Amino acid sequence: MAVPILKQGDTLIASIQSALSDADLLALRDALVDKVAALRIRGVIVDVTALDVLDSFASRTMRDIAHMIGLRGARTVIVGIQPEVAFAMVQLGLTLEDIPTALDLEEGLSFLARRR
Amino acid sequence: MASTHPAVQVAIGSARDLVQARQRGRELAGALGFSSTQATLIAAVISELARNIVEYAGSGEIILRADGDSGMVIAARDSGPGIADMQAALRPGFSTSGGLGLGLPGVRRIADRFEIESGTTGTVVTLTMRRR
Repeated sequence: MAVPILKQGDTLIASIQSALSDADLLALRDALVDKVAALRIRGVIVDVTALDVLDSFASRTMRDIAHMIGLRGARTVIVGIQPEVAFAMVQLGLTLEDIPTALDLEEGLSFLARRR
Repeated sequence: MASTHPAVQVAIGSARDLVQARQRGRELAGALGFSSTQATLIAAVISELARNIVEYAGSGEIILRADGDSGMVIAARDSGPGIADMQAALRPGFSTSGGLGLGLPGVRRIADRFEIESGTTGTVVTLTMRRR
């Protein structure tokens, strides 16, 4: 299932709407990296509120997205990690390393605005 | 109680089947009275085990069932080549696939009970989670 990506000014917002397969996650990564260059994007928000789990593959793909977008000169914020998803990640020893996270979309937007 | 929740079997043939496997796991965990937090952990573990099947054996199945009054068994079975070096496979940080997955130690750590049988005819990983 494709993830809708909205453009608001120089920010992209990817709102995950349901559980994603590995292929869906890779398609999201590729779409975001392409759009950052094509649309002169400065910030990207990935909203994972609706994601059922962040397992090792999803965690690694989020890290890859943030690093690739960082190399293109834009910033990524992951927002909406649910409490139970956070609990499972910690229990399993999974991390997003240095990717900024925020509580929700609003917090993510203000995080990006502060870093202009 | 166990009789009202028959075992669930999910065939794993490709990475596309992972979503279905973890959804079925979450459903059964919920039906067995696990909290949503524990059900999410179970779904994540199923995802890792099912991905191991795809990566190392190509295909296999995930079997989910109740265990007594307060547990759930998650089994991952394949007919792949088996694990050549079991001690290494259970050592944290070890991987033969480039370290892409969580590895067995990560899954083992959160299980209340963990068993693995592996030979030339395949591998079965069985873990039990207790309701808290």
